[in-house]
Amino acid sequence: MSVSDLSAKQTIHPASAPGESLNLEIVGDGAFTTADMTLSVGPAHPATHGVLRVVLEMDGERVKSAHPVIGYMHRGFEKLAEHRDFRQNAALVNRHDWLSGMSNEIGLMLTVERMLEMEVPERAQWIRMLMAEYNRILNHLLFVGSYGLELGAITPMFYATRERERIQYLLESATGGRLHYTYNQPGGVKIDLPKGFLHQSVELVADVRKRLRDFDDLLLGNEIFQARTKGVGPLSTDVALSYGVSGPTLQATGIPEDVRVSEPYLKYDEVEVPVPVGENGDSWDRFYCLLGRMKASCHIIEQIHDHLPPGPVNVKLPKMVKAPEGATYARVENPLGSLGYWLESDGGRTPWRLKMRTASFSNVQVLPYLLEGVLVPDAISVLGSVFFVVGDVDR
Amino acid sequence: MIEAFTVVSRGFVAQTPGLLDTDTFLLSVALKVALVLGLFFVVPLAVGYMEHKAMARLQHRRGPMFAGPAGSLQLVADGIKFLQKEDVIPRAADKHVFALAPGLALVPAILIFFVLPLAPGVWAADLELGLFYALAITSISVLGVMMGGWASANKFSLYGGLRAAAQLIAYELPLILAAIAVAVQAGSLSLVGIVESQANFLLPGTNINVWFVFPQLLGFGIFFLAALAELSRPPFDMPIADSELVFGYMTEYTGIKFAMYLLTEYAGMVSMSALMVVLYLGGWQLLPGVPLPGCEGAGGLFDCGVLGTLLGLGVTLGKIVLLTFVMVWARVAYPRLREDQLQRMSWLVLVPLSLLNLAIVAVAKVVF
Repeated sequence: MSVSDLSAKQTIHPASAPGESLNLEIVGDGAFTTADMTLSVGPAHPATHGVLRVVLEMDGERVKSAHPVIGYMHRGFEKLAEHRDFRQNAALVNRHDWLSGMSNEIGLMLTVERMLEMEVPERAQWIRMLMAEYNRILNHLLFVGSYGLELGAITPMFYATRERERIQYLLESATGGRLHYTYNQPGGVKIDLPKGFLHQSVELVADVRKRLRDFDDLLLGNEIFQARTKGVGPLSTDVALSYGVSGPTLQATGIPEDVRVSEPYLKYDEVEVPVPVGENGDSWDRFYCLLGRMKASCHIIEQIHDHLPPGPVNVKLPKMVKAPEGATYARVENPLGSLGYWLESDGGRTPWRLKMRTASFSNVQVLPYLLEGVLVPDAISVLGSVFFVVGDVDR
Repeated sequence: MIEAFTVVSRGFVAQTPGLLDTDTFLLSVALKVALVLGLFFVVPLAVGYMEHKAMARLQHRRGPMFAGPAGSLQLVADGIKFLQKEDVIPRAADKHVFALAPGLALVPAILIFFVLPLAPGVWAADLELGLFYALAITSISVLGVMMGGWASANKFSLYGGLRAAAQLIAYELPLILAAIAVAVQAGSLSLVGIVESQANFLLPGTNINVWFVFPQLLGFGIFFLAALAELSRPPFDMPIADSELVFGYMTEYTGIKFAMYLLTEYAGMVSMSALMVVLYLGGWQLLPGVPLPGCEGAGGLFDCGVLGTLLGLGVTLGKIVLLTFVMVWARVAYPRLREDQLQRMSWLVLVPLSLLNLAIVAVAKVVF
């Protein structure tokens, strides 16, 4: 069979040609035929952080359409939550987005406390803020490092790991966990900060702030990095909002939307929260906002150091915390965007229903829109800069 | 390939006056093969170790430290590990082509070492067309890469192979044009001749003794960039592009075949750096215009005495390591370009610039 014999949209299966297993689909007719290719990126692909699968229809190196296939990591968190009491649920929610455990815990506890109409001690609220901001830096550092890796720059990952280790060490000294803290409980945090924590924290935040400049020099100031990100995967504000995108991905489109500012929880109304914004919503702006948020977190932590009051860090709870009948919803600014918990209780000690609204799930939805028509390398650039954690998508 | 061998053996013959004296001829051939193989296996390993350690320093970590003193045997240990690994061939792969590809990619990397002059009198063959031979032989390696990419029956490999082909075609041109300018300047295509003509090259219109890098700074820059792209080293490593194409044309390779591709890369780094040293940096000369101790001019083996030869050897290897260090540095500092940006840079920037460079050199050659 010669090439010219092939009619439109015919799949070729030559007996022993190496192209056999590639399952190429011939498009067009005559001598100048091209073949469309289905490229499955993931779940083992290095550009998908976790088991996301994106099926790309390719025309040469150009993506014709993209379909994220989710669900490989589905572990039924929402159902599991119905069988654990509110304290135990803290251990569950810091696992669906394994990089933002502290923020997730705080989100759940705020929901429960709102249900119980519980007054949380001042010190506990400030400590929660401190922890949440460190957790935010921890999360963003990994994205900064791995985004460099996706564009072929290996060094940022090592620099990010260097800071992550120190922050994890600090958080471990207070909570006993490096990623999964289980530090929050209804009415406050489990135990007070250990001796010397604040001193170390002051030093650490100064170091982190200083070393964030490495990323500015290594990535933002790099011409190849600029060429690979500027104008790549632009997202307009309208489209972003219609897909429910939030966090740095939304801020990059020019909206200074941040739950910490628009609906302050804990003590965020008593500190200054800088919100970086972008202009075009392209990969460059998304990355810029991510770096900006890290600097903002450093700024917030420094303010917390000045404000942290003495006093108790939790309220004495009965052995069995029972939420009154009813339903409520609370949302927090998770490192990746807006995270909400809808809690319905029938008056028992476990949630009757716990529904999560996660930032990653919404962010992933916009991928088919962003990936259409881009080249493979740009697809990776977009994939890495639309911030999501796969566990947070699949839950 | 057969032509290449003929050319090389003719080089042996030309350098062996007592051709009929079989003992001397065989000894000379054995010595030269030993020299080339030693160079081929030892220097790339040293460069690989340097890459491990230099990258570690630049990235605030330690690098290998357990195998051998300061981790110096890490690559040897890696080699043994590669040998032990299972040799997997995908079921749909074109088995013979798949198996042949890494070997084919490796061959030109060895063959180029035959014409590289290391010190006065230390080279396997001084060909009249040495530069032509070196440039011709390097372009064969693309065949090994393309064969591997196509025969793997893997979409990522196919992309990698095609990208490699496009990239190597695009960068062959500026590479050759930049090298031609040197040949015009030196008035010779022989690599030894090019090194020797740098010994007493005066900057036009002055009395200052310089190497070719000074009048040809532009050409040197073009050659360096093009060499980096030819080797698919970051920031031009699109054929491999681990985050995009998993590992490009190497995706399906395991064990010793994978190691052969890796060795090709390091041998390529050494040979390209050696070419740059020969063409632009005065080869074995320590300083422009200052001959090595005991050296009047290059001749046969050890013509300069042991001290001069060893010094020349050290100088050449030192310069090679310096250039490879710059390549490692670039790898640590830069992200990867996009394939179309790479093509644009070659055709719209490097090719016109290298033509301009060639024109300037040719005119200057006539005028001065």
